[in-house]
Amino acid sequence: MATLLQVRNLTTQFFTSSGTVRAVDNVTFHVDEGETVAVVGESGCGKSVSALSILRLVPWPPGKIVGGSINFMGQNLLEMGDKDIRRVRGREISMVFQEPMTSLNPVLSIGLQLTETMQHHLGLSPAQALKRAAELLEMVGISEPKRRLAQFPHHLSGGMRQRVMIAVALSCEPKLIIADEPTTALDVTIQAQILELMKDLTKRLGVALVVITHNLGVVARYADRVNVMYAGKIIEMGSAQQIYHQPHHPYTLGLLASVPRMDQPRGTRLIPIDGQPPDLTRLDGGCAFRPRCRFAVDRCAQEFPPLENIDSGHVSACWRVKEINELKNAS
Amino acid sequence: MTNATPFVQIRNLKMHFPVTEGVVIQRTVAQVKAVDGVSFEIPKGETLGLVGESGCGKTTIGRCILQLETATEGEILFEGIDLTQLSQKELVPTRAKIQVIFQDPYSSLNPRMKIGNMLDEPMRVHGIITDKVKRKERVRELLSICGLDPRFSDSYPHEMSGGQRQRVGIARALALNPEFIICDEAVSALDVSIQAQVINLLEDLREQFNLTYLFIAHDLSVVRHISNRVAVMYLGKLVELAEGNELFDNPSHPYTRALLDAVPIPDPQAEAERAHSVIQGEIPSPINPPSGCVFHPRCPLAVDSCRNEIPEFRQTRTGHWVACSQI
Repeated sequence: MATLLQVRNLTTQFFTSSGTVRAVDNVTFHVDEGETVAVVGESGCGKSVSALSILRLVPWPPGKIVGGSINFMGQNLLEMGDKDIRRVRGREISMVFQEPMTSLNPVLSIGLQLTETMQHHLGLSPAQALKRAAELLEMVGISEPKRRLAQFPHHLSGGMRQRVMIAVALSCEPKLIIADEPTTALDVTIQAQILELMKDLTKRLGVALVVITHNLGVVARYADRVNVMYAGKIIEMGSAQQIYHQPHHPYTLGLLASVPRMDQPRGTRLIPIDGQPPDLTRLDGGCAFRPRCRFAVDRCAQEFPPLENIDSGHVSACWRVKEINELKNAS
Repeated sequence: MTNATPFVQIRNLKMHFPVTEGVVIQRTVAQVKAVDGVSFEIPKGETLGLVGESGCGKTTIGRCILQLETATEGEILFEGIDLTQLSQKELVPTRAKIQVIFQDPYSSLNPRMKIGNMLDEPMRVHGIITDKVKRKERVRELLSICGLDPRFSDSYPHEMSGGQRQRVGIARALALNPEFIICDEAVSALDVSIQAQVINLLEDLREQFNLTYLFIAHDLSVVRHISNRVAVMYLGKLVELAEGNELFDNPSHPYTRALLDAVPIPDPQAEAERAHSVIQGEIPSPINPPSGCVFHPRCPLAVDSCRNEIPEFRQTRTGHWVACSQI
């Protein structure tokens, strides 16, 4: 399938009083048309910043994209003028944010928030836009769409608000949707509804999806490919099958071992990753995971390991990637 | 359940919050039935998991047990003593034995207090250790029990990470040598790798100090991991209660089944092979809960009688309680 988005050597930094935070550091990945790519990692690993960087939404000051390229349908988004990037935002690439409570404007009606983008980007008349808005609400499973258009966000529950956000994101028929923790604020049964909806709609409409999440279960259910991030870098990348069944990076191994699983016998002790995530202002040239890594060797302190090929489409950044299977079995 | 005096026993607990209208003259226009007739027991040394979605009343139960809320109705028995009948003064010695660990390690620690003072204060107030030097010694001990460097006693919360703060919260709960700890979403705010560390710590402490936990959480896989028995709540009522394996292997109530189906498993293969029956609809408002069985508007098994009759919380197998007329 054709490549829709190609991110190369993206580096985003925050210049704060306590030093330069290397939030995203030399990140390269791509998204094919119509596929779902998950970005997983823990808080502060740079997963959200990498997504915001794609649409150049990183607030300056203190944040700045300092290097790299983002190619989207033949154009480098980082070299575009402000006017041009605004034509991409919401039109070609749209976003769904985590907090359905705060990402809708509380003083504007649902109808207005839905029609605004369509009138701006597609040049629809207010009447046409309202008609399409009602269709969109119906598509995302909101009952009585006509009545809802006149309502305000506070009339809706969290799950319904997130449905509205999805309707807004889909309104201009984008090629790519970036969803930043779209279900984290929702209850499990509502989470399942929203995820099924997003999966169904993106498949049906052929929209590519980048899902940012810390929930490994959500990734397993919905993603085609997975990027695992740690301390601003992608440390492992592969298909969902490869990441879950043949994880090669010690961090990925650690993550998978530390979550309690519903399909395993109860009472098996969890194997946590020792230590704390690093301070991103104090990174040295070595592997950032080294202080928490069971398999660290001297070389890990000196140089950051490059992403090494393991299998088709499966890469991992670890000096000991070749011996990882033996190490894993031995410990 | 034949034991003479169960360690913790909740009988028909109700907590209704009034909804008022009017600024000067307030009148009650409705009741939020946050907890509506809940009964359960926890034997000593056991962990009871309490799960449910936001707004189902699980946190309110914890707050009622801690006497942070005055229950509308019902009894809360701790070692046979009804806490709801005690005066503030009489409550003090018992209250020291019941501690709580909160969800948010950021807002539950006073940002202007040193960690050492935070742990010292309860011991001083309750007169557990009167000697200042010994108290300091104990603070250091508590920190190291919870896997923290004793030097942290001179630190402020902002100098620590989320996982470390949660360990402070645990150390503070342990300061008074409690017997019963209410863990209210104690690991929900933590990243997975840190969450596993804290879960293991809680398990070790339970073993070491013979603690009893009420583990309140919305994450079913965590509850399944840590609990001996599990209670499922929906809109202020218990819908199912059973021993862990029994509940997760043979869930009876349609709500429990829906909850279990909704939890994704971190394995793409297992996920692809699993049936995904997503329940429709949303949680109704506890101000105006549905009549009869509160779950009937979303229930796949609902029949006409569910609209009117409140299902009895009954035992279907030994130790397996379900509130559903269709099971």
